[in-house]
Amino acid sequence: MHGTQPDGTPAGDTPARPNSLRAGPDARGRFGIFGGRFVAETLMPLVLELDQAYAAAKADPAFRRELDYYLKDYVGRPSPLWFAHRLTQELGGAKIYMKREELNHTGSHKLNNVMGQILLARRMGRSRIVAETGAGQHGVATATVCALFGMKCVIYMGATDVERQKPNVFRMRLLGAEVVPVTSGAGTLKDAMNEAMRDWVTNVRDTYFLVGTVAGPHPYPEMVRDFQSVIGEETRQQMHAAEGRLPDIIVAAIGGGSNAMGIFHPFLDDASVRLIGVEAAGRGLDSGETAASILRGRPGVLHGNRTYLLQDADGQIDEAHSISAGLDYPGIGPEHSWLHDIGRAEYVGATDDEALAAFQLCTRTEGIIPALECSHALAHVARIAPTLDPETLIVLNVSGRGDKDIFTVAAHLGVTL
Amino acid sequence: MSRPSSRIARRFATLKAQGRGALIPYLQACDPDYDTSLALLRAMPGAGADLIEIGVPFSDPSADGPIIQAAARRGLKGGSTVAKVLEMVARFREGDSDTPIVLMGYLNPIGAYGPERFCADAARAGVDGLIIVDLPPEEADLLEGPAAAHGLDIVRLVAPTTTDARLPVVFDHASGFVYYVSITGVTGTRTASSDELAAALPRLRAATDLPVAIGFGIRTPDQAAAAVRVADAAVVASALLATLEDTLDEAGRATADTLPRVLAQLGDLSRAVRAARA
Repeated sequence: MHGTQPDGTPAGDTPARPNSLRAGPDARGRFGIFGGRFVAETLMPLVLELDQAYAAAKADPAFRRELDYYLKDYVGRPSPLWFAHRLTQELGGAKIYMKREELNHTGSHKLNNVMGQILLARRMGRSRIVAETGAGQHGVATATVCALFGMKCVIYMGATDVERQKPNVFRMRLLGAEVVPVTSGAGTLKDAMNEAMRDWVTNVRDTYFLVGTVAGPHPYPEMVRDFQSVIGEETRQQMHAAEGRLPDIIVAAIGGGSNAMGIFHPFLDDASVRLIGVEAAGRGLDSGETAASILRGRPGVLHGNRTYLLQDADGQIDEAHSISAGLDYPGIGPEHSWLHDIGRAEYVGATDDEALAAFQLCTRTEGIIPALECSHALAHVARIAPTLDPETLIVLNVSGRGDKDIFTVAAHLGVTL
Repeated sequence: MSRPSSRIARRFATLKAQGRGALIPYLQACDPDYDTSLALLRAMPGAGADLIEIGVPFSDPSADGPIIQAAARRGLKGGSTVAKVLEMVARFREGDSDTPIVLMGYLNPIGAYGPERFCADAARAGVDGLIIVDLPPEEADLLEGPAAAHGLDIVRLVAPTTTDARLPVVFDHASGFVYYVSITGVTGTRTASSDELAAALPRLRAATDLPVAIGFGIRTPDQAAAAVRVADAAVVASALLATLEDTLDEAGRATADTLPRVLAQLGDLSRAVRAARA
């Protein structure tokens, strides 16, 4: 990773080298000590089958061509890299670019991954799709491709999230999905994940579990990262076209971590590029009501992988808290845990209030209503940009649009809709 | 292979000599409180338990159905921790040195306790075996060393999805007995048919000499009897927990009915298992 990396080279020209940080995971699905395949025996043969099917698809140019076709003509890629003039002016410091993932069909980065996995599920002959969702963005994306390909779709969503993300629940149902509210636990993403796993273990023959983030048993963290890496690959080319060099800092919000992993991964070997993941601090990192798994958790095993988890001394998993349903998860993708431990990426927190302020700032200065998830990333950009000189190039991953969040934001601002 | 000296091996050898199968009831630690659960544990051998599985409560039991999920919540509310579970086993051992105890649970609480320290303390408390739901053979090296060092059997799970080609992987380092998850699904839901069981057992027998227990979906005395006609043991969990839940008062506390009703059900199951091969 210490070789001189030509700046702005398209990602396709920078294959992973022997010492590359992009080479993981290993054959056991591990990034350092993180990752792995901690699933019940009933699921293990399926996980191994998926691993083989994904490896075969990855090596098949026809699969790549098919995915590229759908990404371009259905998802709407590439997404623009937008120079945020007024936000840059307002913050008065570093030059801020926005990677416009909210412009994808269905309004977030989620469709990049979902499109890849649905094509894989079809190759594997599966007819029924189950998925978990928090904010509903992954659920909407999954329901969308199921409609597109005429497949049966069951979405597990925590009952609390069903309540605070009503527009997305309605969207999923319009798209033909069955939305199952999950009442166990706090009724959020963790509980939806448990229930999706219970469905998968019960319906192993025809069902494909379409995981929405870079977590779960191997090969999910690798596969979802690969499908999301299109974000970083495009960013690299677009920044080269705009500025003739690499960005200095990339900032992305982290729940499970798929949008962050997607934009970070193509830059892992570029030591000059600072990678900053912003966790949801909730009511504050030390409030006891947070979703900051790396900053306030410790390594453990949940949902098929070893990673940083919010947990008590006895290893019971804590409930996460965030204003953003999409970040309300007590774990994080294992590759992030590894990048944290080796110091390649930095992880910071932003609170509910900071995210709300950033949400309004972005809307007012750029005419872009961001999702509450990426508003956390923007909150950190707003913190650091004024301290940096105007030559510094920051890329903020605007991973989703905020239309779904206007009810939550209105409630917090004391407005009745 | 099971160590000849282990309590699990001795118990299965004795039962084999008697020509009958084993009944393995399950309880969740501290469900609904420590004292009730210890009293139930102590009374189980007298009511017909040949081995006993103790569930170690976990916040996210993703392989379990609604009944065990609810029991795990009650157990955690009732103060269960890994240390408490081990203390319960030690108290049980004061009065029973023969009935094998197997802990069943998820990896994270054991990881938090520390795998080495856990195996040492579990062995000292009188635990005989471990069933860790989310620890497939591919990840089991984490626990195999310390478990073997302290004489604990690691009971391997086999599922209907486990292919013949995979069986040697699953049985490598297996000891104690083999737990056949008889359905694809979570605990306490569907029941495997006799035909399904009859088809499954020969392929397991061909791949291992260890005793085979059947679990997931065994609720009634008839089903338990059917299981021990083809296998060496029947595990009954959700059916007993459902009875226990039914005896609790509105605040979720144990009542005078709790122990008698669970133990009466256990007695019915035991009689059926003992008569199954007669």
